[in-house]
Amino acid sequence: MRNVWLIWRKEMRSYFVSPIAYILLLIGALIFGFFFWALVQAYLQFGMEAQMRGEMFPINMPEEIIRKLFANVPVTGLFIIPLITMRLFAEEKRTGTIELLTTSPIRDGEVILGKWLAAVTLYSCLLVMSALDIVFLFMYSHPDWKPILVSYLGLFLQAAALLAIGTFISTLTKNQIIAGAATFCACLLMFVCGWIGEYNSDTWARVLTYISVSTHMESFTRGTLDSKDAVYYVTLIIVGLFLTARSMESLRWRS
Amino acid sequence: MITVKELTKRYARNTAVDHISFEIEKGQIVGFLGPNGAGKTTTMRMLTCFLPPTAGTATVAGFDVLEEPMEVKKRIGYLPETPPLYPEMMTDEYLSFVGSLKGLRGAELKKRVAYVSERCAVMDVRNKQLGKLSKGYRQRVGLAQAIIHNPEVLILDEPTAGLDPKQINETRDLIKSLAGDHTIILSTHILPEVEQICQQVIIISKGKLVATDTVDNLQSRSRGAESVLVEVAGRNGSLDPSMVQARIAKVSGVNRIVLKDTQPTQFTFEVETQKDHFVRGDLARAIVEAGWDLNEMRSAAVSLEEIFLQLTGTQEAAPKEEAIVTGASK
Repeated sequence: MRNVWLIWRKEMRSYFVSPIAYILLLIGALIFGFFFWALVQAYLQFGMEAQMRGEMFPINMPEEIIRKLFANVPVTGLFIIPLITMRLFAEEKRTGTIELLTTSPIRDGEVILGKWLAAVTLYSCLLVMSALDIVFLFMYSHPDWKPILVSYLGLFLQAAALLAIGTFISTLTKNQIIAGAATFCACLLMFVCGWIGEYNSDTWARVLTYISVSTHMESFTRGTLDSKDAVYYVTLIIVGLFLTARSMESLRWRS
Repeated sequence: MITVKELTKRYARNTAVDHISFEIEKGQIVGFLGPNGAGKTTTMRMLTCFLPPTAGTATVAGFDVLEEPMEVKKRIGYLPETPPLYPEMMTDEYLSFVGSLKGLRGAELKKRVAYVSERCAVMDVRNKQLGKLSKGYRQRVGLAQAIIHNPEVLILDEPTAGLDPKQINETRDLIKSLAGDHTIILSTHILPEVEQICQQVIIISKGKLVATDTVDNLQSRSRGAESVLVEVAGRNGSLDPSMVQARIAKVSGVNRIVLKDTQPTQFTFEVETQKDHFVRGDLARAIVEAGWDLNEMRSAAVSLEEIFLQLTGTQEAAPKEEAIVTGASK
């Protein structure tokens, strides 16, 4: 456990010493801020029009804004996740520091866990950036906070799963750009492969729909905690980290 | 300390290391010598548990590299060909990180970081980013990280590659000074380095073990015969080198004469003598009696270079010299 912490600390430092973390957080804050501002504008307009027609001002408005905002977070994540994971192993392979890690008395699993947890931590910081926007809603209204927490749990699990896949892809190459592009491609496919289910109900279409990371998000964004979906994300995390471990082991046989 | 038996590493198309066996005693500095691509790095990587061997066994400090890699890793300090540095880290921070990776902590970690920084002379760059250090400093930080946990065995892959002559000397001195506490294997393709710092030498070529011996033994073994450098000048200007060569060839016990250096009035020959023949007296007399001046006569030490070329069978690569080989029957 101590070694996991060591690797985690090293990765966090390298994220925050270089501008990577700050740039990603800034990008996240800007995009979330823009979505938030646009949504608030749209709902204010909608509410005013309703009042002018003599109807009630819609009281569930803050919840609606939050739900729409959360629907946009994974899209932002799609771009940011490859940027977080691409360097994890590719960089170490390029500079040769991987040799230091693999010849030190530390298990592969500890290296992988430390690196993945660091990526998850950085992404969590990004989620906190989006929470800043939501704090404004709490200042002027009283939305129900429990569904918000469930949504965050879903966003967190989904990102953790995609980060595990990104970590795996980073072990496959020395080149960060390739790792980043391949991760983006993989994440995008994981997102959209469920769309096939909308036009088709064959077995393979249903399998693809089930595999897609976006279909399992729906229950979370509705504010309901469905164990089936949580298990799906946890399984994806385990598969991603397992593949990373196998790939790291194969580095020794191939290089 | 290190026992290697029939160690083999095969890749899909080639065999990088082919049934190598050797043993290294505690406290020795061993030079691992071979041309580029001979399998030095691969062997070292197998010893450090970075690569698993295809066949054969290697034990370090009594632990097998396949069975108990964790125990081996705890006892090994390794400096790969390019020092494994994180460019964004400070020297001090990096050494602490490596130290804690190797299992040091708390006050002991601090003590070791201070000690190795002092020992490897990186004190003055403690708070500099590794990415901004010069090549010499990077190499020394690399060496410092290798000895941070005071390992029993130190494996250094070409520790002086790419350094300037002054840095090379400093690094060699540093390695020599580490000898007492550690068993050191260092790979190199620079022969004087081995002569200077190693007690034992292991020569490999194309993945195969060619020789393993002490540096002294190897030098005298390969010497076989003594070599003498003779500088001859004509008394009154002109002198024909082939005449001198022919004259020297007549001296009994002379094996081979090579014209080493030609100047207008004087020539330097390298005379190789047969084993157990002491020819210097006869040689000097022959030259003087022929009416030439004998300016200088000294023995030429056989360098490891020659031994190396002989053993690895790459003499063709050596520059051609004019040689007259006289019959050994004479």
